[in-house]
Amino acid sequence: MLTSLFNSFFDGISIGSVLLLSALGLAVVFGLMGVINMAHGELMMLGAYTTFVVQNAFKPLGQPWFGAYIFVALIAAFLVTALLGLVLEKGVIRHLYGRPLETLLATWGVSLILQQFVRSVSWVMMLGLVVFCGFFFGAMTLLSRRSHFQRIRGWAITMLLPLSAGIAWAASSTLGQKYQLAVTKPWFGAQNVDVTAPGWLRGGIRLLGAYQMPYVRLFILSLTIICILGMYVFLQRSVWGLRIRAVTQNRSMSACLGIPTQRVDALTFALGSGLAGIAGCAVSLLGSVGPNTGQNYIVDTFMVVVVGGVGKLVGSIAAAMAIGIANYLIGANALSPLVAWFPPLANLLEFFANSSMAKVLVFALIVTFLQFRPAGMFPQKGRTVDA
Amino acid sequence: MVDSTSISPATPQPLLDIANLNVYYGESHILRSVDLSVGPGKMVCLIGRNGVGKTTLLKTILGLLTPRTGMITLEGTPLRRKTPDQRARMGIGYVPQGREIIPGLTVQENLILGLEARPQGRGKSQTIPEQVFQLFPVLQSMLGRMGGDLSGGQQQQLAIARALMGSPRLLVLDEPTEGIQPSIILEIEAAVRRIIETTGVSVLLVEQHLHFVRQADWYYAMQKGGIVASGPTSELSNQVIQEFLAV
Ligand SMILES: Nc1ncnc2c1ncn2[C@@H]1O[C@H](COP(=O)(O)OP(=O)(O)O)[C@@H](O)[C@H]1O
Ligand SMILES: [Mg+2]
Repeated sequence: MLTSLFNSFFDGISIGSVLLLSALGLAVVFGLMGVINMAHGELMMLGAYTTFVVQNAFKPLGQPWFGAYIFVALIAAFLVTALLGLVLEKGVIRHLYGRPLETLLATWGVSLILQQFVRSVSWVMMLGLVVFCGFFFGAMTLLSRRSHFQRIRGWAITMLLPLSAGIAWAASSTLGQKYQLAVTKPWFGAQNVDVTAPGWLRGGIRLLGAYQMPYVRLFILSLTIICILGMYVFLQRSVWGLRIRAVTQNRSMSACLGIPTQRVDALTFALGSGLAGIAGCAVSLLGSVGPNTGQNYIVDTFMVVVVGGVGKLVGSIAAAMAIGIANYLIGANALSPLVAWFPPLANLLEFFANSSMAKVLVFALIVTFLQFRPAGMFPQKGRTVDA
Repeated sequence: MVDSTSISPATPQPLLDIANLNVYYGESHILRSVDLSVGPGKMVCLIGRNGVGKTTLLKTILGLLTPRTGMITLEGTPLRRKTPDQRARMGIGYVPQGREIIPGLTVQENLILGLEARPQGRGKSQTIPEQVFQLFPVLQSMLGRMGGDLSGGQQQQLAIARALMGSPRLLVLDEPTEGIQPSIILEIEAAVRRIIETTGVSVLLVEQHLHFVRQADWYYAMQKGGIVASGPTSELSNQVIQEFLAV
């Protein structure tokens, strides 16, 4: 019985570490800007797809090399999602600063766009996008060098927008007609794709009794620890980390001290998005990946952030582990031997003993918890973000 | 009544110049046609009872509030489109009301952040100049403490030291002696005087303590969001003091 409790504890930790890894980026961004990025799950999904692409690129290389693809994929996933995060911050979130509801709505819109994007992206679509962005932003950059740019800005946009869209459409449809299916076929489509873990991550180690800890879970656990430590060192030791901590605690005073708050925001958002990419890479090892993968995570990660309290890494760690373990203890009905002497309670637990019902119970527990501690497990002393 | 003739063509360009400034909080008109200037190397004191708009004026200078109309220039450069962090790097050091020490950072980290305002960037230097500890010896032994754990007087000294780290040209102080025990008030007063002597920085001070007000070269008195009197502090009459200081 003790063994089974121990095992569920370990399984809970490993679920918690996935939660933590996915919530880390969200927590840092929420702490700094008070913004919940609803597209965080989709950034994870893109990280997972990046892993898929890297894996396919490594396949022809054969064995010893293929085993190393995961490390390249981690870096690639980080870079791709961080870059996208940067664009998202500069293009959308910056303009909605101080309006959390609109930000929520806008990032939700972005999440839908990203889901559809991975379903339909093809060479033709990619070419169209590149041509459009090249023409539009290239022309805008050229024009912005001119002194009277502010006056002609509105005109420039109305002229350039349809023009670049037209050119992009023409270019991609010519390409589509010439090469047909070879370029119009979606890269991934709406189906799920599968990432195979490298050989050295298959199998597991035997812990207590018959219990096996899969290597993949251990890998994710270590990845989480490395990310947390890396984040901690970055925040505590680097110049930018100090700036981020200052802006998190008192934005207006930080600005008055000369800290470039806009750049701090952009950097933090890119970092948080990059962490989502890493989380996505990790998640892709656990099961197949589809356009909707991100949606499975956003609610859980949001709960971790809320339960942990804003602006504290240790809060997110504790919350992720607590939620992970609670989920597992309830879902696998690991507590049943303990309450067998009291049938009504045992029956109740039995009722909740599957993964969706466990989520319901955990959610109810969280709501109750927040009634007593609305600021989370580790509330920030002094001022909060919006004070 | 601002004595505009006092800025004759012969006087040098003011460091800070504010003209016809109108600021609103939503629909309530807080600052009404404020004109004010601070000459290079001068100490100017702004007085007025609670709620007349002194802090609002300073926040507008720092760029935390956007004026509806009016002009603020620093050495002739309009500040209209500058963000607070740009203004800080242009040489405005701010010691806000309530001190606004960042509570979860150590005293050392709070001081280091002051370097951000150096126009040439913080460079490689992360060291705190000896001069800071000469002015505020109490800070030296507290470098590792959290800013939020300091007493009010210590926080005030830290706030001034932090603003000083950025080598400002204009130091803006909002009620630096508010809620602080009398012995520390004298220390803070002396420190500000020594800062002016050694660095030649210009100062815009909001203050309620008459003794401190008298250190300034020039005063402006505010009522209901407008400047209603100004002149050299040597000519500060008892009647003006009665009317505008909350003593
Ligand atoms: N955030 C705010 N929103 C609305 N009104 C404000 C705000 N802050 C200050 N005020 C109002 O502006 C006026 C001036 O305030 P303030 O500049 O702080 O005065 P002072 O610093 O001279 O005591 C007061 O009437 C105050 O009620
Ligand atoms: Mg005030």
